[in-house]
Amino acid sequence: MIQTIAFYLFAALVIASAVMVIMSRNPVHSVLWLILAFFNAAGLMVLVGAEFIAALMVIVYVGAVAVLFLFVVMMLDIDFAELRAGFIKNFPLGIAIALVLAAELIFGIGAYQAGRIDLGVASGAAAPILGESNTASIGAVLYRDYIFLFEAAGLILLVAMVGAIVLTHRKRPDGARGQQDITRQVRRNPDEATVMKQPEVGRGVEL
Amino acid sequence: MSYATSLYLTAAEIGLSITALVLLLLAAWNGDRSARLLTIIAVAALVGAAIFSIGLFDRSASEVAGRAFGDLYRADAFGSFGKVLIYLASAAVLIVTPRFFTQLGGYRAEYPVLMLFNAVGMGIMVSATDLMTLYIGLEMSSLSSYVLASFLRQDDRSSEAGLKYFVLGALASGIILYGVSLVYGFTGSTNYDGIRAAFALDFSTGALFGVVFVLAGVAFKISAVPFHMWTPDVYEGAPTPVTAFFASAPKVAAMGVLVRIAMDPFAGEVDAWRQIIIFAALASIVVGALGAIGQQNLKRLLAYSSINNVGFILIGLAAATAAGVASVLTYLTIYVAMVIGSFTALLMLRDPAGQNLETFADIAGLSTRRPALAWCLLVLMFSLAGIPPLFGFWGKFVVFQAAVQADLVALAAIGIAASVIGAFYYLKFIKVMFFDEPTRDVETSSPVSHWAVLGVCVAILSPLGYLLTIPLGEWTAQAAASFVAAM
Repeated sequence: MIQTIAFYLFAALVIASAVMVIMSRNPVHSVLWLILAFFNAAGLMVLVGAEFIAALMVIVYVGAVAVLFLFVVMMLDIDFAELRAGFIKNFPLGIAIALVLAAELIFGIGAYQAGRIDLGVASGAAAPILGESNTASIGAVLYRDYIFLFEAAGLILLVAMVGAIVLTHRKRPDGARGQQDITRQVRRNPDEATVMKQPEVGRGVEL
Repeated sequence: MSYATSLYLTAAEIGLSITALVLLLLAAWNGDRSARLLTIIAVAALVGAAIFSIGLFDRSASEVAGRAFGDLYRADAFGSFGKVLIYLASAAVLIVTPRFFTQLGGYRAEYPVLMLFNAVGMGIMVSATDLMTLYIGLEMSSLSSYVLASFLRQDDRSSEAGLKYFVLGALASGIILYGVSLVYGFTGSTNYDGIRAAFALDFSTGALFGVVFVLAGVAFKISAVPFHMWTPDVYEGAPTPVTAFFASAPKVAAMGVLVRIAMDPFAGEVDAWRQIIIFAALASIVVGALGAIGQQNLKRLLAYSSINNVGFILIGLAAATAAGVASVLTYLTIYVAMVIGSFTALLMLRDPAGQNLETFADIAGLSTRRPALAWCLLVLMFSLAGIPPLFGFWGKFVVFQAAVQADLVALAAIGIAASVIGAFYYLKFIKVMFFDEPTRDVETSSPVSHWAVLGVCVAILSPLGYLLTIPLGEWTAQAAASFVAAM
């Protein structure tokens, strides 16, 4: 029973916050709703007993989204004073969401204690791997069965990186400002780098 | 299935990946000075991979032996045939590339590296027998294509082409992924055999949606109408060698994916996808033929020509028989020769200052300035139009033959009628070259490498090509048998 209530709570909030992601005009708000959507999706994962994936959702997506958030903030011209202006006005909404999150935590933990939702067995060829922990199963599948795809996905990331560098990297002309010549720095010795002066009282130093 | 066997079957991709990684390091150390050397190494690696794939071609006849990594990847005759075409086309494009960029001062050492990664992705695509493998291969190929399209980053048109290709390509990837998730949801398997078995038991409306989405996404990649809108813009804006590449190898790979997916996992649901393919075929032929008529830019013209050709290739697939698959492969082989030849000829058209020429006004009276080049272009254009003594006719012939044998007479008839419309602009091309007054000077000599690539293409397309009909027929039939065993 508690699982069902928790499921509908999480699922409804995933959908509601996904709708808000595309409905809100402010991109920063969109990103915040997106984080809420990810948290709730992670809650759904907990309900079916996939706690490792739930943790990954929070770490990877919410972590990555935090970076995305940073980019949005850096790239867009957003007036933060104006954002804060509505603090009092939006305070009740904030409290409401905080309460919902608290309720989710309670229901989520309760549902997890009560045991995971039984999804049944898929009709397809893939038989569930039983008797191991989730993390060990994922590791086994990822590095044994799907090693080819795993490595190929790594190559895709490399291609993306090379592509980004090819399209944006510009070589600075030699001697440009801010260019560092490490060899020259290392080869400097104290004799030529420092000058001893004995200035007279009340006079400055001429260099 | 041991890992050693799996590694052996995927050795072409693994070898190309390792070469690409080594070249990437060399590029980082030596900078752009070594770009030419890296290009030569990349060409050698691609040719080596093609030779290795030929070696796998016969061996893969025994069906189970070709499966690698638990049937994620199948090195069968069909995959090997596609890979030979892809690798050779990529190598040919790489040969004619450096001169174009040297003129503009934009050739960089990463270009051959990206081409190699692209080839790896395409090789994975044609051999994929799992929806996940398919997606990974597709993304590897697409991602490097986006970068190649905008490789001339100081050129606005190139950047625009790259951005357009990226946005629409990402959309297509999303559509494919959505279809994949639906198919997986309704069948419980991403493996082609598993999907076919599940569809045989129950083919629901939801699964049909999945099939349609996957086909629509792949149709985008082969630029079949109604998913062709990006093609003329991207082909015009991208650097010419990259356009030559886009029109050849990735088309083969995407077509390979489409054929495999239609003839393997969806083989039991021919009725479900045949009408989509027939519509796309007819629409592509008509739009390709009509759209090209008003074009002044030769790259745009060839873009519409490639849309038109995709329509003919789809007619062969619509037959949904072994003969149909064989005709698709035959047409693709000839198509690659025609496309690479046409774009190489286009790359050889430069004014005395070395600027590339790409409009109709520039080729007026070319026969008096560059008679050899003009005659080569004549062979290529007549071949694209499908005029009998040339080999381009054979491709259209086998495709229509397969369609007629599969009782698709009306489709074949409309296709033949539309190919007459298409002949108009190919003939216009020849008329402008041979009968118009020359308006501008052109460069009078071209390097041997360009002549070699153009020469091979023209030799295949000349009536000499008919010597190939018997071996080509045998190879394509053997490749098509990869699926009939599964049907």
